Amino acid sequence: MLARIGLERLEELFAALPSGLRLARGLKVPEGRAEQEVLAQLMALAAQNEHAQAGPWFLGAGCYAHFLPSAVDALVSRAEFTTSYTPYQAEISQGTLQAIFEWQTMLCALTGLDVANASMYDGASATAEAALMAMRVTRRRKVAVSAGLHPSYRQVLETYLRGLDAELVTLPRGADGRSTAAGAGIDGETACWIVQQPSFLGCVEDLAAAAATAHDAGALLVVTLSEALSLALLAAPGDLGADLVCGEAQSFGVPMSFGGPHLGFLAARSAHLRQLPGRLVGQTVDAEGKRGFVLTLSTREQHIRRERATSNICTNQGLCLMMATVYLALLGRHGLRELAELNLAKAEYAKGRVRQTPGLSLPLDAPSFNEFVIGLSEPADAALARARAAGVVAGLDLAAHAPELGPAVLFCATELASRESIDRAIALLAGRSS
Amino acid sequence: MSRNAGPGLGYEEALLFERSRPGRRGAELPTSDVPRVDARALLGGAVRDDLPGLPELSEVDVVRHFTRLSTWNAAVDLGLYPLGSCTMKYNPKLNERVARLPGFAAAHPLSPAEQVQGLLALFYDLEQLLAEIAGMDRVTLQPAAGAQGELAGIMMIRAYHEARGEKRRSVLVPDSAHGTNPASAALNGYRVVSVASGADGFLHPEAVGAAMDPSVAALMITNPNTLGLFERHIAEICEIVHAKGGLVYGDGANLNALLGIARPGDMGIDVMHMNLHKTFSTPHGGGGPGAGPVAVKAPLAPHLPIPVVVRNDGGYAWSEDLPGSIGRLHGHHGNVGMLLRAYAYILSLGAEGLTRCAELAVLNANYLLARLGDAFHVPYPGTVMHECVLSDRGLADTGVTTMDVAKRLIDHGYHPPTIYFPLIVPGALMIEPTESESLEGLDRFADTLLAIAEEARRDPETVRSAPHHTRLRRLDETLAARRPVLRWQPDETSR
Repeated sequence: MLARIGLERLEELFAALPSGLRLARGLKVPEGRAEQEVLAQLMALAAQNEHAQAGPWFLGAGCYAHFLPSAVDALVSRAEFTTSYTPYQAEISQGTLQAIFEWQTMLCALTGLDVANASMYDGASATAEAALMAMRVTRRRKVAVSAGLHPSYRQVLETYLRGLDAELVTLPRGADGRSTAAGAGIDGETACWIVQQPSFLGCVEDLAAAAATAHDAGALLVVTLSEALSLALLAAPGDLGADLVCGEAQSFGVPMSFGGPHLGFLAARSAHLRQLPGRLVGQTVDAEGKRGFVLTLSTREQHIRRERATSNICTNQGLCLMMATVYLALLGRHGLRELAELNLAKAEYAKGRVRQTPGLSLPLDAPSFNEFVIGLSEPADAALARARAAGVVAGLDLAAHAPELGPAVLFCATELASRESIDRAIALLAGRSS
Repeated sequence: MSRNAGPGLGYEEALLFERSRPGRRGAELPTSDVPRVDARALLGGAVRDDLPGLPELSEVDVVRHFTRLSTWNAAVDLGLYPLGSCTMKYNPKLNERVARLPGFAAAHPLSPAEQVQGLLALFYDLEQLLAEIAGMDRVTLQPAAGAQGELAGIMMIRAYHEARGEKRRSVLVPDSAHGTNPASAALNGYRVVSVASGADGFLHPEAVGAAMDPSVAALMITNPNTLGLFERHIAEICEIVHAKGGLVYGDGANLNALLGIARPGDMGIDVMHMNLHKTFSTPHGGGGPGAGPVAVKAPLAPHLPIPVVVRNDGGYAWSEDLPGSIGRLHGHHGNVGMLLRAYAYILSLGAEGLTRCAELAVLNANYLLARLGDAFHVPYPGTVMHECVLSDRGLADTGVTTMDVAKRLIDHGYHPPTIYFPLIVPGALMIEPTESESLEGLDRFADTLLAIAEEARRDPETVRSAPHHTRLRRLDETLAARRPVLRWQPDETSR
């Protein structure tokens, strides 16, 4: 090979590098190891982590333990999906392209909007991109955010807005847990109001009222979700007036994986299509008139528009989109609905147990989906540690997120929670060993 | 020329919604052990009636549907995928197994640090390894892709200047840069100033010097650049930028060429991202997920995203105690599944294996250039690094363009190279074979491209109307953009 290139030694391939820039030593990286050794090393690290398959699990807060049907991983693991890239060459990427088109269609149905892109990184960055999009659409610079937005989403939004001429205002939480637009939060300068549905604390928000308030001021209503399964039960946000619906679809068949990779999404009305960031797949025909799919409207994107693009996003979360598309196809019209009802039933059962348990309380009156706040009569860290000692992960300590509620945990019950495990978790939170 | 692909079974497959039949379902739910609740009584008008937009299919329907779709994709596991700047190398299967271990795949991002010490230890070690490979001091693993890494890097640069009381307004970007570079700078509110590459394909110190002034926050540079050339003036360019108080951002998309050979940090780069889905073998997934860790020199460390992993007597912990931080970039801790795969890859290869990757990737690219350089125009001759750029100029009299050559490659079972990029080369074909290809595989690919060049002279129409052997012929992208159909609707699409 070297002779064909006209060189004698491999070394000469790097002659273009100034000698002072060459690394004069080997990398300080451990010596390579065999598959068996590496797997053993990684298994030892994996064994040091608590996880949702080891016992009862009631921790959600933006990352949810749901059952993963076997067909999802089996199909997504196909190398044709896993080891391909962005479908630039449509004729040999129709598998990926058609699946994205199917995802866009199902996401439109779930959100009640007209167009959905082919994924964002995660719920947090999707929310930040939605805010930037609303600023472009309205040519306004103020972003109003409900207190019920996931605290990490809120932090990411702050990060994205920091270098820009933008103002972030927070709207308060009412006594029952739902957002209010009380005060001077939304006015003629406001680009959008961002409401999380259900809120971080699990409260189902009144989106119709929020839409009316936002629209009266000429602002867009952005609805963000961290538990996408709620879309199967709650009215489509678009039908209630939401202009942008975004968030996290990890619940649709994507493993928790310590928080990523997950599946951000963003859907909009067709009137705002040109301001939508991210990849879009559209239907077209081939030279013989057969239906096919292509990446389209790329003049919005960085590889064409460069610094005038709607976003810098390039590689997104393609394979997670594939997981969600397979998942939704399996669960389908009735299965997804029934799953959402089952989640609601488990959480309502847990709420009922809390009401019957001395020392525990439900500090927020607003309706909820599969997650809600439990008030405790002792510091939450102690209660959660007691539950962990008994093998139960009983929720998230809210001390850092909602100290005004007093000692409290955010408790999530999905289809994985058995009645017996809920009883045990509630008892442990109340201070009894079960 | 030996055949690389022939006619397959060529299954047809309708959309999920067209296959839907009332009453079918592909997943059964467990019998509920809690009382049913009346959703409408609890939630009132907030409840919807039904999900008519979702299909009704059996498990076997769904399995066949997606299995058939998969057969319409090219993939690295099927053959050479020489998409320039994307580093479509082989993705070891061990990495997939590792990412699926329950202690990783079912771990929760909000578990207290003391309950997830294995993951935190892995984060800490991976940061050290990437810092060593890049020649930098600190690393954040949080960015979810290269473009988000760029954004993080530009934000850290802004924070660095602001901490010194400076308001700088613009970022220099060479005209050969990836589109994400100018887009990332603009997304963070910077004015983008394009700097022209020299006639020899290199960025020249004079051009940077002329554009550099105290209002410039940073220069973004890709090295090797998108022509596959090592920016030989990199050290001098970094000095010019530093002398005016600016910083240098390194786009690590092409880091595969440098593993163990040279380190961006030693060249004067202050901040850089690495694409784990390129250099460190995590699968590209049909468009992600990737991961875009960012490495910085010590002066930028106070501005890293939060939280950061810290090591203390008892083990590892998260810390948000970083007052100069740009803040959080990801809802949780980044695309962890990709970090796990990259970590397994680095442990498998070790120092020597990583260096060998760069050597073989560069050898393969130069070999292809040597084999193809006579038949195709080479806009910037010389020794390249991990990829080579050709153009269709030599075919101008045949009417065959780069697009046609790309589509004809498909007929021979190859994914085309990156085309029409970099923008500074009209009709560019950007070929990155990676280290994964054998000599006979490279020869077969080169033979195919040479045969297409010859065919372009003999029978241009066949090349211009390619592909001929795919399930679908060339697709009408103009129609798709002019009349966007972005979702299935029963009335419009029934055929």
